[in-house]
Amino acid sequence: MTITPEMIREHGLSEDEYARIKNLLGRDANLVELGVFSVMWSEHCSYKSTRAHLKKLPTIGPQVIQGPGENAGVIDIGDGDAAIFKMESHNHPSFIEPYQGAATGVGGIMRDVFTMGARPIAMMNALRFGEPDHPKTRHLVSGVVSGIGGYGNCMGVPTVGGEVNFHRSYNGNILVNAMCVGLARTDKIFLSAAKGAGNPVVYVGSKTGRDGIHGATMASAEFNEDSEEKRPTVQVGDPFTEKLLLEACLELMATDAIIAIQDMGAAGLTSSSAEMADKGGSGIELDLDRVPQREENMTAYEMLLSESQERMLAVLKPGREAEAEKIFRKWELDFAVIGKTTDTHRFIARHRGQVVADIPVTALSNEAPVYERPFRKRTPVAGEPAYDRKRSVAQSLVKLMGAPDMASRRWVWEQYDHSVMNDTVEPPGSDAAVVRVHGTKKALAITTDVTPRYCQADPFEGGKQAVAEAWRNLTASGATPLAVTDNLNYGNPQKPEIMWQIVAGIEGIGEACRALAFPVIGGNCSLYNETNGEGILPTPAIGGVGLIKDVSKRATMGFKREGDVIILIGETRGHLGQSVYLREIEGKEDGGAPAVDLAAEKKHGDFVRALIEKGRVDTVHDVSDGGLLVAIAEMALKDGIGVTIGQASLADAIPFFFGEDQARYLIATPFAEAEKIVEEARAAYIPVAELGKTGGDVLIINDNERVSLRELREGHEGWFPRYMAREEIPLTN
Amino acid sequence: MKSAVIVFPASNCDRDAQTALKEMTGKAPAMVWHQESELPDVDLVVLPGGFAYGDYLRCGAMAAQSQIMKAIKAHAEKGGAVLGICNGFQVLTESGLLPGALMRNAGLKFVCKPVTLSVEETQSSFTRKYEKGQSVTFPVAHGEGNYYADEETLDRLEGEGRVMFRYRDNPNGSARDIAGVLNQKRNVLGLMPHPERVVDPVTGGSDGRALFQSLIEALS
Repeated sequence: MTITPEMIREHGLSEDEYARIKNLLGRDANLVELGVFSVMWSEHCSYKSTRAHLKKLPTIGPQVIQGPGENAGVIDIGDGDAAIFKMESHNHPSFIEPYQGAATGVGGIMRDVFTMGARPIAMMNALRFGEPDHPKTRHLVSGVVSGIGGYGNCMGVPTVGGEVNFHRSYNGNILVNAMCVGLARTDKIFLSAAKGAGNPVVYVGSKTGRDGIHGATMASAEFNEDSEEKRPTVQVGDPFTEKLLLEACLELMATDAIIAIQDMGAAGLTSSSAEMADKGGSGIELDLDRVPQREENMTAYEMLLSESQERMLAVLKPGREAEAEKIFRKWELDFAVIGKTTDTHRFIARHRGQVVADIPVTALSNEAPVYERPFRKRTPVAGEPAYDRKRSVAQSLVKLMGAPDMASRRWVWEQYDHSVMNDTVEPPGSDAAVVRVHGTKKALAITTDVTPRYCQADPFEGGKQAVAEAWRNLTASGATPLAVTDNLNYGNPQKPEIMWQIVAGIEGIGEACRALAFPVIGGNCSLYNETNGEGILPTPAIGGVGLIKDVSKRATMGFKREGDVIILIGETRGHLGQSVYLREIEGKEDGGAPAVDLAAEKKHGDFVRALIEKGRVDTVHDVSDGGLLVAIAEMALKDGIGVTIGQASLADAIPFFFGEDQARYLIATPFAEAEKIVEEARAAYIPVAELGKTGGDVLIINDNERVSLRELREGHEGWFPRYMAREEIPLTN
Repeated sequence: MKSAVIVFPASNCDRDAQTALKEMTGKAPAMVWHQESELPDVDLVVLPGGFAYGDYLRCGAMAAQSQIMKAIKAHAEKGGAVLGICNGFQVLTESGLLPGALMRNAGLKFVCKPVTLSVEETQSSFTRKYEKGQSVTFPVAHGEGNYYADEETLDRLEGEGRVMFRYRDNPNGSARDIAGVLNQKRNVLGLMPHPERVVDPVTGGSDGRALFQSLIEALS
C-alpha cells in the first residue's frame, strides 16, 4: 500500500515529518509503520514542542533518586523508604466520555507508579470545568467525579484531595489531571530499561481489544464540533482487573525475575516496547500472533496501536517465565511471552509470518522531531484595577465563600474513599492532604496547585506562583517540601502567543523550583487544549510532595481553642489584580498577577515550619485564593470557632482583607506563645501582625461588621450540592 | 484470640483488617486466599471490605460462591465468630449467613464520611464492651449499603435484639436506619461502617477498638 499525503495527514503528521521518516527508514513506510510513527511522534508521546524547554527545569537534589524520564519520579524519604509519584492528564478523553475518561486517567497514573515497584498510597486530582451554567458542565462534573471514584475506590487507594475550578475557558475542553503517590523501598525500584539481548518479553494483564486506537494522536489535536464522534477512541477501564494486576505485579516484584517493566499507556504496545528497548540500548522483536486478543481478526496495526487498559509489558531474566506465569495465573490474568530483546537496535513486529514493521529504535525516540517553535512575547497585564470602596466587607465575604470556585468541595470528595488503607491523617479539605507512611510515624503531605488566572495575566509569575503555593501548602501542614511533578496544560503550541505562555510558564516554574530547592522529578504536557480555536487559560498544575518526620508534630487549619491570638506572617500590600474578589464581587478579570518574592517565600515558610516542627504551633493556614479574610473564615468554619479581627495596616479594608499577596501564613496560638512568635519574627525581619482573637460563633470584623458562622457555612457548604441538584442556576460573572 | 482475614480478588480492606487485628490482638491474623478449602484453626473469621470480583453481577454475589465460603459456613455452624465489614457484609447476605440484602445507596452515589451510630445491643461477642445506646463514630465508604429486608424479617431482627448498630443520620436509605445485624445464633455480624478504620486516633478515631476488645474478651 502506498502512503498518500491524505494518509499522512490523517495520522497527524506533517509532510516534512513524513520525509524525515522515509529518510530514517531508507524507504517508504508501510501503513503499520506509519501508525507506529504517528503515535510515537505525537506531541503526547514525544514532547516535541516542549522538550527543548523542559530541559531547563531543575531536576536534581540530594533527595532525588529518579528524575524525569521514567514512568514516575522517585525521592528518598529516609529509612530506606522512597516516595514515587507523578501527575498526568486525561483531558481530551474526559471531555468526550467523562466517566471512562476520568476512570482510565486514574488507572493509567496508578500503573505508572506501581510499574516502578511502589504500592500506590494516595491519589489527588486537579479538575477544571467550564462555567457552571454552561449546559455541559454539570454532566461533566458528575461523570468525572464518579469516574474517579469508581476506579480509585475499587482499587482501594484513598483519594485524598485536589482542586476543582470553573472557568468559561474550559467550556469546550475540561482538564482532568490525576496524581498518584506510591511507596517503595529504595533498593526495590523497577525501571524500564530493557538491557541485554535474548531476554523474554512478557505481556500481562487484560487482553488487547480495538479500544483507544489513536488515543495519543487524539490527545495531540484540537477539538472541534465533531469531537464527540471520537467517542470510540476513548478507552474503557476495568478497575477490578487493575487491582489484580497491581497485586500480581507486586508479587512478581518481590522475586528478582524482572529486568524491566513498563505499563502500556498511551500508544500501548508500541510505546512500551519501543521505549524499553530505547532505554536499554537494545532491540525488540514482537510476535503479534501471541498477543492475548479480545476480538477476532485483529490486524497488526490495531494491536500495535490499541490503548486497551490494564496491561503491562515486562522483560524477564531468561528461564523465569514459568515462575512469573504462575503468579499471574493465580490472579486470573493473561500472561504470554510475546517476543524477545535483541542486539539489533531495531523494533520489529511480526504477524502471520510476515514482518509488518521494522524500524530503528532510535527513529522512534531520539530521532523524533524537536521543535523550537516561535513564540511572541506579550507584555504581562499590569496595574491595580479600580474597586468600589464602600462595599460591605462581611457581605462580600459571604458571597465569596459561596462562590463556585470557593465553596466547599465536600460534595466531590465524599464520593471518594479517602480513608481506605487506614493511613489518612488529614482528609480532603485542608491545605495539604497528609498520609502516614504505613507502620511508621512519618507522613507524606501532598498538594496540587495552580492559579490559571494569574498565568493568563502573567505566565512567568503565574508559573512561579503555582510552585510557591504548593510549597506553602506543604509547609503549612508542617512538612518539608521535597519535590514536584508538573502537569502542563496549554493550548496550541503552534500559535506563537500560546508558545510564549508555555515557555514563560516553564521558566517561572524553574525559577521557583530552584529558589525553593524543590526539584521537578517528572510530569506530563497536555497541549492543544483548544476548541474551535479558543485556548484554555494556561494551567501548569503543580503536584507537590513533602515529608513530615513525626506525624504528632503537624498543623491543621481549623481553630482549636477559644482565645487564641491570630498572627499573620508576611506582608500585606493589598494586591487586588486577578483576585477572586475582583472577579466575584466587581465582575472583572483584570489587573496584574501578584508578584512572587521567592526569597520571602522561603524565609517565611522556613520560619513557620520550624514552629510546627518544634511543636510550638498546631494551627496554621496559608493565605491564597480570596485573601486573608477568606482564609480566616475557612479556619473558623472547620471546627466552628469564631473570631474577632481588625485591620492591621493599609487605609482601605477591601484590599487588606481580600488582596492576594503571596508568602503569607496565618497562625493561631495561645497568648504567651503568640507574644514570643511575634518577637522572634520581628527579630528575623519577617513582617508580622496580630489580627485578633478566636472565640464565639461569629466573625467580627473591624468592630463594625459581623457575620455568623452559620450564614457563612450555609453558603460555603450549600453551593455544590444545590448546584448539582439543579435547584438553583448559579450566576457567574 | 486467633483470627483469619479472607482475601477475595479485589478485596481492598484486607490489609486494614490485618493491621487492626494485629494492633488489637498483638498477633497477626492468617491471610486466607479465597481458593482455599480449609480455614486455619481460628476463633474469628473476618470478611473484609473491598470490591470482590469488581462488584460485578451484584456486590458479594460471586464471592459468596467461592471455595472458602463452605469452610466459613461450617465454622459459623460450629459457633465460630464471623465478622463481615462493608463488602464482607454484602458477601454474608449473598451467602445466606445473614438475612436481607444491600442495595444501591438511596442517593445513588458512593458515600465516604464518618457517621454516628448508636450501639443498639450489647449482648453479643462483638459489642459487649460498648454501653447500650452509646454513640460511636465509624466511617462508611460504600455505594451499596442500603439495607433491605421485608417487614416481617425486620420485625424479627428487632424483636430478637439482632439489630446491633443503627445510623443516627442515615447515609444510604437503609431500612429502619440499620447499619449492622447479627445472625440468629449471634455469632455472625455484618455491618457497613468500618470499625477497623477507627482503632488509631491519628487516623480518625478509636471508637472501633471496643468491638475488637469485645471479641478478644469473648473468644480468648
